[in-house]
Amino acid sequence: MSIPTTNKQAVEIGKANKRKYMLERVSQRVFLFCALLSVITLLLIIGFVFYKGAHPFVAEGYSFIDFIFGSDWVPSEDKFGIFPMIVASIYATVGALIIGVPIGLFTAIFLAEIASERLAKIISPAVQLLAGIPSVLYGVFGLAIIVPFLQDTFGLVKGQSLIAVILVLAIMMLPTIVTVAETAIRAVPQTYREGSLALGVSQIGTIFKVVVPAAKSGIMTAIVLGLGRAIGETMAVILVAGNSLIVPTSLTDSVRPLTTNIALEMGYAFGTHQEMLFATGIVLFSFILILNFVLAKISAKGGN
Amino acid sequence: MISLKKAKMGLLMLSILAVLSACTSNSNDKQTSDGSSATVSISGSTSVGPLAEKLAAKYTEEENTNIEINQIGSSAGITNAISGVSEIGMSSRDLKEEERANGLNEVVIAYDGIVVVTHPSNKVKDLTMEQIKQIFTGEVTNWNELGGDDLEIVVVSREDGSGSRDAFQEIVEYSSGELIRNSIIASGNGNIKTTVANNKHAVGFISFEYIDDSISTIDINGVEATAENVLQEKYSLARPFLFVYKEGQLTDAGQRFIDFILSEDGQLIAAEAGAIPVK
Repeated sequence: MSIPTTNKQAVEIGKANKRKYMLERVSQRVFLFCALLSVITLLLIIGFVFYKGAHPFVAEGYSFIDFIFGSDWVPSEDKFGIFPMIVASIYATVGALIIGVPIGLFTAIFLAEIASERLAKIISPAVQLLAGIPSVLYGVFGLAIIVPFLQDTFGLVKGQSLIAVILVLAIMMLPTIVTVAETAIRAVPQTYREGSLALGVSQIGTIFKVVVPAAKSGIMTAIVLGLGRAIGETMAVILVAGNSLIVPTSLTDSVRPLTTNIALEMGYAFGTHQEMLFATGIVLFSFILILNFVLAKISAKGGN
Repeated sequence: MISLKKAKMGLLMLSILAVLSACTSNSNDKQTSDGSSATVSISGSTSVGPLAEKLAAKYTEEENTNIEINQIGSSAGITNAISGVSEIGMSSRDLKEEERANGLNEVVIAYDGIVVVTHPSNKVKDLTMEQIKQIFTGEVTNWNELGGDDLEIVVVSREDGSGSRDAFQEIVEYSSGELIRNSIIASGNGNIKTTVANNKHAVGFISFEYIDDSISTIDINGVEATAENVLQEKYSLARPFLFVYKEGQLTDAGQRFIDFILSEDGQLIAAEAGAIPVK
Protein backbone atom coordinates (compact mmCIF):
# COMPACT_ATOMS: atom_id res chain seq x y z
CA MET A 1 0.00 0.00 0.00
CA SER A 2 2.94 2.23 0.63
CA ILE A 3 4.07 2.26 -3.01
CA PRO A 4 0.96 3.94 -4.43
CA THR A 5 1.16 6.54 -1.68
CA THR A 6 4.73 7.48 -2.64
CA ASN A 7 3.69 7.49 -6.25
CA LYS A 8 0.86 9.78 -5.37
CA GLN A 9 3.24 12.07 -3.50
CA ALA A 10 5.67 12.04 -6.38
CA VAL A 11 2.87 12.97 -8.77
CA GLU A 12 1.79 15.75 -6.45
CA ILE A 13 5.34 17.12 -6.26
CA GLY A 14 5.74 16.72 -10.00
CA LYS A 15 2.55 18.68 -10.58
CA ALA A 16 3.67 21.43 -8.22
CA ASN A 17 7.04 21.59 -9.96
CA LYS A 18 5.40 21.74 -13.38
CA ARG A 19 3.23 24.61 -12.25
CA LYS A 20 6.26 26.38 -10.83
CA TYR A 21 8.28 26.01 -14.02
CA MET A 22 5.28 27.00 -16.09
CA LEU A 23 4.90 30.20 -14.08
CA GLU A 24 8.63 30.76 -14.41
CA ARG A 25 8.53 30.47 -18.18
CA VAL A 26 5.41 32.59 -18.55
CA SER A 27 6.89 35.40 -16.50
CA GLN A 28 10.11 35.20 -18.52
CA ARG A 29 8.10 35.66 -21.70
CA VAL A 30 6.20 38.57 -20.22
CA PHE A 31 9.45 40.31 -19.31
CA LEU A 32 10.90 39.55 -22.73
CA PHE A 33 7.82 41.03 -24.35
CA CYS A 34 8.12 44.21 -22.29
CA ALA A 35 11.78 44.49 -23.20
CA LEU A 36 10.98 43.98 -26.88
CA LEU A 37 8.28 46.63 -26.78
CA SER A 38 10.75 49.51 -26.79
CA VAL A 39 12.79 47.90 -29.54
CA ILE A 40 9.66 47.43 -31.63
CA THR A 41 8.60 51.01 -30.99
CA LEU A 42 12.04 52.25 -32.05
CA LEU A 43 11.92 50.20 -35.25
CA LEU A 44 8.39 51.40 -36.02
CA ILE A 45 9.36 55.04 -35.54
CA ILE A 46 12.53 54.73 -37.63
CA GLY A 47 10.68 52.79 -40.31
CA PHE A 48 7.81 55.25 -40.45
CA VAL A 49 9.96 58.39 -40.49
CA PHE A 50 12.34 57.01 -43.12
CA TYR A 51 9.53 55.59 -45.25
CA LYS A 52 7.69 58.91 -45.30
CA GLY A 53 10.81 61.07 -45.45
CA ALA A 54 12.59 59.18 -48.22
CA HIS A 55 9.52 59.08 -50.48
CA PRO A 56 9.96 62.49 -52.18
CA PHE A 57 13.58 61.70 -53.05
CA VAL A 58 12.96 58.15 -54.21
CA ALA A 59 9.60 58.45 -55.95
CA GLU A 60 9.10 62.13 -56.74
CA GLY A 61 12.50 63.06 -58.08
CA TYR A 62 13.51 65.68 -55.53
CA SER A 63 17.25 66.09 -55.04
CA PHE A 64 18.53 65.31 -51.56
CA ILE A 65 21.52 67.64 -52.09
CA ASP A 66 19.15 70.53 -52.88
CA PHE A 67 17.16 69.62 -49.78
CA ILE A 68 20.21 69.79 -47.51
CA PHE A 69 21.94 72.79 -49.08
CA GLY A 70 18.96 74.72 -50.47
CA SER A 71 18.32 77.99 -48.69
CA ASP A 72 14.68 78.45 -49.77
CA TRP A 73 11.87 76.83 -47.82
CA VAL A 74 8.60 77.80 -49.51
CA PRO A 75 6.36 74.71 -49.41
CA SER A 76 3.54 76.36 -51.32
CA GLU A 77 5.95 77.02 -54.19
CA ASP A 78 7.48 73.57 -54.03
CA LYS A 79 10.81 74.80 -52.66
CA PHE A 80 12.26 72.67 -49.89
CA GLY A 81 15.70 73.66 -48.62
CA ILE A 82 16.63 73.21 -44.97
CA PHE A 83 20.13 74.69 -44.95
CA PRO A 84 19.13 77.71 -42.80
CA MET A 85 17.57 75.34 -40.27
CA ILE A 86 20.60 73.05 -40.09
CA VAL A 87 22.81 76.10 -39.48
CA ALA A 88 20.36 77.43 -36.89
CA SER A 89 20.27 74.10 -35.05
CA ILE A 90 24.08 73.88 -34.95
CA TYR A 91 24.56 77.52 -33.88
CA ALA A 92 21.93 77.26 -31.17
CA THR A 93 23.37 74.03 -29.78
CA VAL A 94 26.98 75.18 -29.86
CA GLY A 95 26.01 78.52 -28.30
CA ALA A 96 24.11 76.76 -25.53
CA LEU A 97 27.16 74.57 -24.89
CA ILE A 98 29.45 77.61 -24.61
CA ILE A 99 27.23 79.07 -21.90
CA GLY A 100 25.86 75.90 -20.31
CA VAL A 101 29.00 73.75 -19.99
CA PRO A 102 31.12 76.08 -17.80
CA ILE A 103 28.17 76.91 -15.55
CA GLY A 104 27.12 73.27 -15.31
CA LEU A 105 30.64 72.03 -14.73
CA PHE A 106 31.40 74.63 -12.07
CA THR A 107 28.12 73.80 -10.33
CA ALA A 108 29.01 70.12 -10.35
CA ILE A 109 32.49 70.85 -8.96
CA PHE A 110 31.01 73.09 -6.30
CA LEU A 111 28.48 70.47 -5.23
CA ALA A 112 30.94 67.58 -5.19
CA GLU A 113 34.09 69.24 -3.87
CA ILE A 114 33.51 72.59 -2.23
CA ALA A 115 29.99 72.97 -0.86
CA SER A 116 29.19 71.91 2.68
CA GLU A 117 26.85 68.94 2.90
CA ARG A 118 24.00 71.13 4.09
CA LEU A 119 24.34 73.53 1.18
CA ALA A 120 24.67 70.68 -1.33
CA LYS A 121 21.47 69.19 0.05
CA ILE A 122 19.63 72.40 -0.88
CA ILE A 123 21.21 73.03 -4.28
CA SER A 124 21.20 69.46 -5.59
CA PRO A 125 17.42 68.90 -5.41
CA ALA A 126 16.88 72.37 -6.89
CA VAL A 127 18.98 71.47 -9.93
CA GLN A 128 17.18 68.16 -10.30
CA LEU A 129 13.82 69.87 -10.05
CA LEU A 130 14.92 72.08 -12.95
CA ALA A 131 15.09 68.92 -15.06
CA GLY A 132 11.49 68.08 -14.25
CA ILE A 133 9.96 71.32 -15.47
CA PRO A 134 7.99 70.74 -18.69
CA SER A 135 9.84 72.24 -21.63
CA VAL A 136 6.90 74.37 -22.74
CA LEU A 137 7.18 76.24 -19.44
CA TYR A 138 10.78 77.10 -20.30
CA GLY A 139 9.39 78.48 -23.55
CA VAL A 140 6.78 80.55 -21.79
CA PHE A 141 9.44 81.80 -19.37
CA GLY A 142 11.65 82.67 -22.34
CA LEU A 143 8.83 84.47 -24.14
CA ALA A 144 7.65 86.38 -21.07
CA ILE A 145 11.03 87.21 -19.46
CA ILE A 146 14.02 86.67 -21.76
CA VAL A 147 12.52 88.03 -24.99
CA PRO A 148 11.27 91.34 -23.51
CA PHE A 149 14.51 91.60 -21.48
CA LEU A 150 16.62 91.36 -24.64
CA GLN A 151 14.34 93.81 -26.42
CA ASP A 152 14.49 96.43 -23.67
CA THR A 153 18.09 96.03 -22.51
CA PHE A 154 19.82 95.87 -25.86
CA GLY A 155 17.26 97.87 -27.85
CA LEU A 156 16.66 94.99 -30.28
CA VAL A 157 13.83 95.31 -32.79
CA LYS A 158 12.75 91.81 -31.82
CA GLY A 159 13.68 89.68 -28.82
CA GLN A 160 12.88 86.42 -30.64
CA SER A 161 16.42 85.61 -31.66
CA LEU A 162 19.29 83.16 -31.72
CA ILE A 163 20.59 84.50 -28.41
CA ALA A 164 17.19 83.94 -26.76
CA VAL A 165 17.23 80.32 -27.98
CA ILE A 166 20.79 79.87 -26.71
CA LEU A 167 19.91 81.22 -23.26
CA VAL A 168 16.84 79.00 -22.89
CA LEU A 169 18.71 75.91 -24.10
CA ALA A 170 21.67 76.65 -21.80
CA ILE A 171 19.32 76.70 -18.80
CA MET A 172 17.60 73.52 -19.99
CA MET A 173 20.81 71.54 -20.40
CA LEU A 174 22.12 72.52 -16.94
CA PRO A 175 20.45 69.74 -14.89
CA THR A 176 21.73 67.03 -17.26
CA ILE A 177 25.29 68.34 -17.17
CA VAL A 178 25.32 69.00 -13.42
CA THR A 179 23.88 65.63 -12.39
CA VAL A 180 26.07 63.48 -14.63
CA ALA A 181 29.25 65.50 -14.05
CA GLU A 182 28.70 65.54 -10.28
CA THR A 183 28.38 61.76 -10.19
CA ALA A 184 31.58 61.43 -12.23
CA ILE A 185 33.51 63.78 -9.95
CA ARG A 186 32.29 62.04 -6.80
CA ALA A 187 33.44 58.72 -8.27
CA VAL A 188 37.08 59.89 -8.35
CA PRO A 189 38.90 57.93 -5.56
CA GLN A 190 39.60 59.94 -2.41
CA THR A 191 43.29 58.86 -2.52
CA TYR A 192 43.84 61.05 -5.63
CA ARG A 193 42.82 64.14 -3.69
CA GLU A 194 44.78 63.15 -0.60
CA GLY A 195 47.92 62.54 -2.65
CA SER A 196 47.64 65.88 -4.40
CA LEU A 197 46.94 67.81 -1.19
CA ALA A 198 49.79 66.03 0.57
CA LEU A 199 52.14 67.33 -2.11
CA GLY A 200 51.13 70.83 -1.16
CA VAL A 201 48.78 71.57 -4.09
CA SER A 202 45.92 73.94 -3.26
CA GLN A 203 42.33 72.72 -3.27
CA ILE A 204 41.50 74.50 -6.57
CA GLY A 205 44.72 73.17 -8.06
CA THR A 206 43.77 69.67 -6.99
CA ILE A 207 40.32 70.01 -8.51
CA PHE A 208 41.51 71.20 -11.92
CA LYS A 209 44.78 69.27 -12.19
CA VAL A 210 43.74 65.97 -10.62
CA VAL A 211 40.03 65.46 -10.02
CA VAL A 212 38.58 66.90 -13.27
CA PRO A 213 41.10 65.08 -15.53
CA ALA A 214 40.33 61.86 -13.67
CA ALA A 215 36.59 62.36 -14.24
CA LYS A 216 37.10 63.40 -17.87
CA SER A 217 35.09 60.69 -19.57
CA GLY A 218 32.14 61.17 -17.23
CA ILE A 219 32.22 64.90 -17.85
CA MET A 220 32.35 64.36 -21.62
CA THR A 221 29.31 62.09 -21.31
CA ALA A 222 27.55 64.86 -19.41
CA ILE A 223 28.31 67.33 -22.19
CA VAL A 224 27.13 65.01 -24.97
CA LEU A 225 23.90 64.25 -23.10
CA GLY A 226 23.33 67.98 -22.64
CA LEU A 227 23.98 68.44 -26.34
CA GLY A 228 21.34 65.84 -27.16
CA ARG A 229 18.84 67.64 -24.96
CA ALA A 230 19.59 70.94 -26.71
CA ILE A 231 19.41 69.75 -30.29
CA GLY A 232 16.14 67.88 -29.81
CA GLU A 233 14.33 70.56 -27.84
CA THR A 234 11.24 71.85 -29.62
CA MET A 235 8.48 73.39 -27.54
CA ALA A 236 10.64 75.84 -25.64
CA VAL A 237 12.49 76.88 -28.78
CA ILE A 238 9.42 77.41 -30.96
CA LEU A 239 8.24 80.23 -28.70
CA VAL A 240 11.50 82.21 -28.53
CA ALA A 241 13.18 81.50 -31.89
CA GLY A 242 11.05 83.71 -34.14
CA ASN A 243 11.18 80.94 -36.75
CA SER A 244 12.46 83.14 -39.59
CA LEU A 245 13.78 81.37 -42.66
CA ILE A 246 17.20 82.97 -42.83
CA VAL A 247 20.73 81.76 -42.35
CA PRO A 248 21.60 83.59 -39.11
CA THR A 249 24.51 86.01 -39.39
CA SER A 250 24.26 87.53 -35.92
CA LEU A 251 23.07 86.55 -32.47
CA THR A 252 20.11 88.88 -32.83
CA ASP A 253 18.69 87.27 -35.98
CA SER A 254 15.59 85.18 -35.46
CA VAL A 255 16.12 81.58 -36.47
CA ARG A 256 14.26 78.36 -37.21
CA PRO A 257 15.95 75.19 -35.94
CA LEU A 258 15.06 71.79 -37.47
CA THR A 259 12.76 70.74 -34.65
CA THR A 260 10.55 73.81 -34.76
CA ASN A 261 10.19 73.53 -38.53
CA ILE A 262 8.55 70.15 -38.04
CA ALA A 263 6.36 71.18 -35.12
CA LEU A 264 5.35 74.48 -36.70
CA GLU A 265 4.14 73.16 -40.03
CA MET A 266 3.04 69.58 -39.41
CA GLY A 267 -0.44 70.73 -38.44
CA TYR A 268 -1.28 72.06 -41.88
CA ALA A 269 1.06 70.06 -44.08
CA PHE A 270 -0.06 67.38 -46.49
CA GLY A 271 1.41 65.54 -49.47
CA THR A 272 4.98 66.41 -50.40
CA HIS A 273 5.15 69.18 -47.79
CA GLN A 274 4.41 66.65 -45.04
CA GLU A 275 6.92 64.16 -46.42
CA MET A 276 9.56 66.89 -46.49
CA LEU A 277 8.90 67.51 -42.80
CA PHE A 278 9.54 63.81 -42.19
CA ALA A 279 12.74 64.21 -44.22
CA THR A 280 13.66 67.06 -41.85
CA GLY A 281 13.10 64.51 -39.10
CA ILE A 282 15.58 62.14 -40.79
CA VAL A 283 18.25 64.85 -40.72
CA LEU A 284 17.52 65.52 -37.06
CA PHE A 285 17.60 61.80 -36.39
CA SER A 286 21.02 61.55 -38.06
CA PHE A 287 22.34 64.25 -35.72
CA ILE A 288 21.10 62.29 -32.70
CA LEU A 289 22.58 59.05 -34.08
CA ILE A 290 25.98 60.72 -34.51
CA LEU A 291 25.76 62.06 -30.96
CA ASN A 292 24.96 58.60 -29.59
CA PHE A 293 27.85 57.15 -31.56
CA VAL A 294 30.19 59.73 -30.03
CA LEU A 295 28.74 58.97 -26.60
CA ALA A 296 29.36 55.22 -27.07
CA LYS A 297 32.96 55.96 -28.09
CA ILE A 298 33.51 58.09 -24.99
CA SER A 299 32.03 55.45 -22.68
CA ALA A 300 34.22 52.76 -24.27
CA LYS A 301 37.28 54.94 -23.75
CA GLY A 302 36.29 55.60 -20.14
CA GLY A 303 36.00 51.85 -19.59
CA ASN A 304 39.62 51.37 -20.61
CA MET B 1 5.93 28.98 -25.57
CA ILE B 2 7.13 30.23 -28.91
CA SER B 3 3.55 30.22 -30.13
CA LEU B 4 2.52 32.25 -27.10
CA LYS B 5 5.10 34.85 -27.98
CA LYS B 6 3.98 34.82 -31.57
CA ALA B 7 0.39 35.24 -30.53
CA LYS B 8 1.33 38.20 -28.38
CA MET B 9 3.38 39.74 -31.15
CA GLY B 10 0.50 39.20 -33.50
CA LEU B 11 -1.86 40.86 -31.08
CA LEU B 12 0.45 43.86 -30.80
CA MET B 13 0.82 44.16 -34.57
CA LEU B 14 -2.93 43.87 -35.00
CA SER B 15 -3.58 46.62 -32.50
CA ILE B 16 -1.00 48.84 -34.19
CA LEU B 17 -2.57 48.13 -37.56
CA ALA B 18 -5.98 48.91 -36.16
CA VAL B 19 -4.77 52.24 -34.82
CA LEU B 20 -3.02 53.09 -38.08
CA SER B 21 -6.00 52.20 -40.22
CA ALA B 22 -8.27 54.18 -37.92
CA CYS B 23 -6.00 57.17 -38.53
CA THR B 24 -5.97 56.86 -42.29
CA SER B 25 -9.61 56.08 -43.00
CA ASN B 26 -11.46 59.31 -43.51
CA SER B 27 -14.85 60.38 -42.35
CA ASN B 28 -16.45 59.65 -45.71
CA ASP B 29 -16.33 55.92 -45.07
CA LYS B 30 -19.00 55.84 -42.47
CA GLN B 31 -21.37 57.90 -44.54
CA THR B 32 -21.30 55.80 -47.69
CA SER B 33 -22.43 52.64 -45.92
CA ASP B 34 -26.07 53.67 -45.88
CA GLY B 35 -27.20 53.42 -49.47
CA SER B 36 -30.85 54.29 -48.95
CA SER B 37 -30.36 58.00 -48.27
CA ALA B 38 -29.53 60.79 -50.68
CA THR B 39 -25.90 61.80 -51.18
CA VAL B 40 -24.65 65.34 -51.70
CA SER B 41 -21.11 65.54 -53.04
CA ILE B 42 -19.21 68.73 -52.28
CA SER B 43 -15.64 69.59 -53.20
CA GLY B 44 -13.41 72.64 -53.21
CA SER B 45 -11.64 75.15 -50.99
CA THR B 46 -9.58 73.95 -48.06
CA SER B 47 -10.56 77.16 -46.24
CA VAL B 48 -14.30 76.55 -46.59
CA GLY B 49 -13.87 72.81 -46.05
CA PRO B 50 -13.51 72.77 -42.25
CA LEU B 51 -16.60 74.97 -41.89
CA ALA B 52 -18.54 72.79 -44.34
CA GLU B 53 -17.48 69.68 -42.39
CA LYS B 54 -18.82 71.21 -39.16
CA LEU B 55 -22.08 72.17 -40.82
CA ALA B 56 -22.43 68.74 -42.43
CA ALA B 57 -21.75 66.96 -39.12
CA LYS B 58 -24.55 68.93 -37.45
CA TYR B 59 -26.90 68.56 -40.42
CA THR B 60 -26.49 64.78 -40.80
CA GLU B 61 -27.29 64.31 -37.13
CA GLU B 62 -30.90 65.13 -37.93
CA GLU B 63 -31.33 64.47 -41.63
CA ASN B 64 -30.96 61.17 -43.45
CA THR B 65 -28.49 62.57 -45.98
CA ASN B 66 -24.92 61.68 -46.82
CA ILE B 67 -22.65 64.64 -47.36
CA GLU B 68 -19.29 63.90 -48.92
CA ILE B 69 -16.76 66.70 -48.66
CA ASN B 70 -13.46 66.72 -50.51
CA GLN B 71 -11.05 69.57 -49.80
CA ILE B 72 -9.16 69.99 -53.05
CA GLY B 73 -8.86 73.75 -53.48
CA SER B 74 -11.22 76.44 -54.81
CA SER B 75 -10.34 76.17 -58.50
CA ALA B 76 -10.64 72.38 -58.60
CA GLY B 77 -13.95 72.58 -56.72
CA ILE B 78 -15.38 75.10 -59.17
CA THR B 79 -14.23 72.94 -62.10
CA ASN B 80 -15.95 69.94 -60.51
CA ALA B 81 -19.18 71.89 -60.11
CA ILE B 82 -19.07 72.92 -63.78
CA SER B 83 -18.30 69.42 -65.06
CA GLY B 84 -20.86 67.80 -62.75
CA VAL B 85 -18.35 65.65 -60.86
CA SER B 86 -19.53 67.33 -57.67
CA GLU B 87 -22.99 68.67 -57.04
CA ILE B 88 -21.67 71.68 -55.15
CA GLY B 89 -18.30 73.41 -55.35
CA MET B 90 -16.74 75.36 -52.47
CA SER B 91 -14.79 78.52 -53.19
CA SER B 92 -13.00 80.99 -50.93
CA ARG B 93 -12.65 83.55 -53.72
CA ASP B 94 -15.02 85.33 -56.08
CA LEU B 95 -15.78 83.56 -59.33
CA LYS B 96 -13.83 84.57 -62.41
CA GLU B 97 -15.66 85.80 -65.52
CA GLU B 98 -15.11 82.60 -67.52
CA GLU B 99 -16.28 80.47 -64.59
CA ARG B 100 -19.45 82.50 -64.24
CA ALA B 101 -20.03 82.17 -67.99
CA ASN B 102 -20.61 78.43 -67.49
CA GLY B 103 -23.92 79.12 -65.79
CA LEU B 104 -22.85 78.73 -62.18
CA ASN B 105 -25.03 79.97 -59.36
CA GLU B 106 -23.32 81.15 -56.22
CA VAL B 107 -24.47 81.38 -52.60
CA VAL B 108 -22.41 83.23 -50.00
CA ILE B 109 -22.55 81.05 -46.87
CA ALA B 110 -20.27 83.23 -44.72
CA TYR B 111 -17.40 85.72 -44.85
CA ASP B 112 -13.84 85.42 -43.65
CA GLY B 113 -12.37 88.63 -42.24
CA ILE B 114 -8.72 89.38 -41.45
CA VAL B 115 -7.34 92.44 -39.69
CA VAL B 116 -3.83 93.88 -39.70
CA VAL B 117 -2.68 94.61 -36.14
CA THR B 118 0.12 96.63 -34.56
CA HIS B 119 1.36 97.57 -31.09
CA PRO B 120 -1.09 99.98 -29.37
CA SER B 121 1.61 102.70 -29.27
CA ASN B 122 1.96 102.65 -33.06
CA LYS B 123 0.69 105.90 -34.62
CA VAL B 124 -0.06 104.28 -37.97
CA LYS B 125 -3.78 103.50 -37.96
CA ASP B 126 -4.68 103.48 -41.64
CA LEU B 127 -3.04 101.79 -44.63
CA THR B 128 -3.81 101.04 -48.25
CA MET B 129 -3.68 97.51 -49.62
CA GLU B 130 -0.55 98.48 -51.59
CA GLN B 131 1.19 99.67 -48.42
CA ILE B 132 0.35 96.41 -46.64
CA LYS B 133 1.85 94.50 -49.53
CA GLN B 134 4.99 96.67 -49.35
CA ILE B 135 5.31 95.96 -45.62
CA PHE B 136 4.97 92.20 -45.93
CA THR B 137 7.26 91.92 -48.96
CA GLY B 138 9.94 94.07 -47.34
CA GLU B 139 9.77 97.08 -49.68
CA VAL B 140 8.94 99.34 -46.75
CA THR B 141 11.03 98.60 -43.66
CA ASN B 142 10.48 101.61 -41.39
CA TRP B 143 7.29 102.94 -39.85
CA ASN B 144 8.34 106.55 -40.62
CA GLU B 145 7.80 105.82 -44.33
CA LEU B 146 4.14 105.27 -43.45
CA GLY B 147 3.73 108.30 -41.19
CA GLY B 148 4.75 106.62 -37.95
CA ASP B 149 7.73 106.88 -35.61
CA ASP B 150 11.28 106.12 -36.72
CA LEU B 151 11.08 102.41 -35.89
CA GLU B 152 12.10 99.40 -37.93
CA ILE B 153 9.16 97.23 -38.99
CA VAL B 154 9.07 93.66 -37.68
CA VAL B 155 6.72 91.52 -39.76
CA VAL B 156 4.90 88.66 -38.03
CA SER B 157 3.26 86.03 -40.21
CA ARG B 158 1.57 82.65 -39.84
CA GLU B 159 3.28 79.43 -40.96
CA ASP B 160 3.18 78.18 -44.53
CA GLY B 161 0.04 76.12 -45.10
CA SER B 162 -2.13 78.06 -42.65
CA GLY B 163 -5.51 78.97 -44.12
CA SER B 164 -5.40 82.49 -42.68
CA ARG B 165 -2.00 83.07 -44.25
CA ASP B 166 -3.23 81.78 -47.61
CA ALA B 167 -6.25 84.05 -47.43
CA PHE B 168 -4.22 87.08 -46.43
CA GLN B 169 -1.67 86.54 -49.18
CA GLU B 170 -4.40 85.92 -51.73
CA ILE B 171 -6.19 89.18 -50.93
CA VAL B 172 -3.09 91.35 -50.49
CA GLU B 173 -1.64 89.66 -53.58
CA TYR B 174 1.82 88.48 -52.66
CA SER B 175 3.20 84.94 -52.62
CA SER B 176 4.92 82.96 -49.86
CA GLY B 177 8.21 83.39 -51.74
CA GLU B 178 7.83 87.19 -51.63
CA LEU B 179 7.27 87.36 -47.87
CA ILE B 180 10.16 89.19 -46.23
CA ARG B 181 12.64 86.54 -45.09
CA ASN B 182 13.38 87.74 -41.59
CA SER B 183 9.73 87.84 -40.60
CA ILE B 184 8.82 86.15 -37.34
CA ILE B 185 6.69 83.07 -37.94
CA ALA B 186 4.18 82.42 -35.19
CA SER B 187 1.85 79.43 -35.00
CA GLY B 188 -1.71 80.49 -34.39
CA ASN B 189 -3.68 83.72 -34.04
CA GLY B 190 -3.06 83.96 -30.30
CA ASN B 191 0.68 83.67 -30.73
CA ILE B 192 0.71 86.47 -33.32
CA LYS B 193 -1.36 88.66 -31.02
CA THR B 194 1.00 88.11 -28.08
CA THR B 195 4.05 88.79 -30.21
CA VAL B 196 2.60 92.00 -31.64
CA ALA B 197 1.27 93.16 -28.27
CA ASN B 198 4.77 92.91 -26.76
CA ASN B 199 6.77 94.54 -29.56
CA LYS B 200 6.29 98.16 -30.67
CA HIS B 201 8.00 97.37 -33.99
CA ALA B 202 5.69 94.54 -34.94
CA VAL B 203 2.87 94.16 -37.45
CA GLY B 204 0.82 91.01 -37.99
CA PHE B 205 -2.58 89.76 -39.11
CA ILE B 206 -5.26 87.88 -37.18
CA SER B 207 -8.88 86.80 -37.55
CA PHE B 208 -11.59 89.21 -36.43
CA GLU B 209 -12.55 87.13 -33.39
CA TYR B 210 -9.11 87.71 -31.81
CA ILE B 211 -9.35 91.51 -31.73
CA ASP B 212 -8.98 93.04 -28.24
CA ASP B 213 -7.38 95.98 -26.44
CA SER B 214 -3.86 94.55 -26.33
CA ILE B 215 -3.32 95.37 -29.99
CA SER B 216 -4.24 98.21 -32.33
CA THR B 217 -6.18 97.45 -35.51
CA ILE B 218 -5.41 99.02 -38.89
CA ASP B 219 -8.13 100.48 -41.11
CA ILE B 220 -7.90 99.75 -44.82
CA ASN B 221 -8.45 102.91 -46.93
CA GLY B 222 -10.19 104.45 -43.92
CA VAL B 223 -12.60 101.57 -43.47
CA GLU B 224 -12.63 99.98 -40.04
CA ALA B 225 -12.39 96.22 -39.64
CA THR B 226 -15.90 95.33 -38.51
CA ALA B 227 -18.31 92.59 -39.49
CA GLU B 228 -20.80 95.21 -40.78
CA ASN B 229 -18.22 96.71 -43.11
CA VAL B 230 -17.40 93.24 -44.43
CA LEU B 231 -21.07 92.48 -45.07
CA GLN B 232 -21.49 95.80 -46.90
CA GLU B 233 -18.38 94.92 -48.92
CA LYS B 234 -16.60 98.10 -47.84
CA TYR B 235 -13.77 96.41 -45.95
CA SER B 236 -11.59 94.71 -48.53
CA LEU B 237 -9.38 92.45 -46.36
CA ALA B 238 -12.13 89.84 -46.39
CA ARG B 239 -13.33 87.13 -48.70
CA PRO B 240 -16.59 85.31 -49.25
CA PHE B 241 -17.07 81.61 -48.58
CA LEU B 242 -19.08 80.47 -51.59
CA PHE B 243 -21.10 77.40 -52.48
CA VAL B 244 -21.39 77.22 -56.28
CA TYR B 245 -23.58 74.88 -58.33
CA LYS B 246 -24.72 74.57 -61.89
CA GLU B 247 -28.25 75.62 -62.72
CA GLY B 248 -30.56 72.59 -62.66
CA GLN B 249 -27.98 70.26 -61.15
CA LEU B 250 -28.83 70.94 -57.53
CA THR B 251 -30.85 68.10 -55.97
CA ASP B 252 -33.51 68.59 -53.31
CA ALA B 253 -31.08 67.23 -50.71
CA GLY B 254 -28.44 69.76 -51.79
CA GLN B 255 -30.96 72.61 -51.67
CA ARG B 256 -32.06 71.58 -48.18
CA PHE B 257 -28.41 71.57 -46.98
CA ILE B 258 -27.89 75.09 -48.34
CA ASP B 259 -31.14 76.19 -46.69
CA PHE B 260 -29.89 74.74 -43.41
CA ILE B 261 -26.58 76.63 -43.70
CA LEU B 262 -28.41 79.92 -44.28
CA SER B 263 -30.80 79.24 -41.39
CA GLU B 264 -30.25 80.71 -37.95
CA ASP B 265 -28.74 77.44 -36.66
CA GLY B 266 -26.38 77.11 -39.58
CA GLN B 267 -25.15 80.69 -39.30
CA LEU B 268 -24.60 80.21 -35.58
CA ILE B 269 -22.27 77.28 -36.39
CA ALA B 270 -20.46 79.48 -38.92
CA ALA B 271 -19.97 82.17 -36.27
CA GLU B 272 -18.68 79.59 -33.80
CA ALA B 273 -16.22 78.38 -36.42
CA GLY B 274 -14.78 81.88 -36.63
CA ALA B 275 -16.46 83.07 -39.83
CA ILE B 276 -18.65 86.15 -40.22
CA PRO B 277 -22.30 85.10 -40.63
CA VAL B 278 -24.12 86.57 -43.64
CA LYS B 279 -27.19 87.37 -41.54
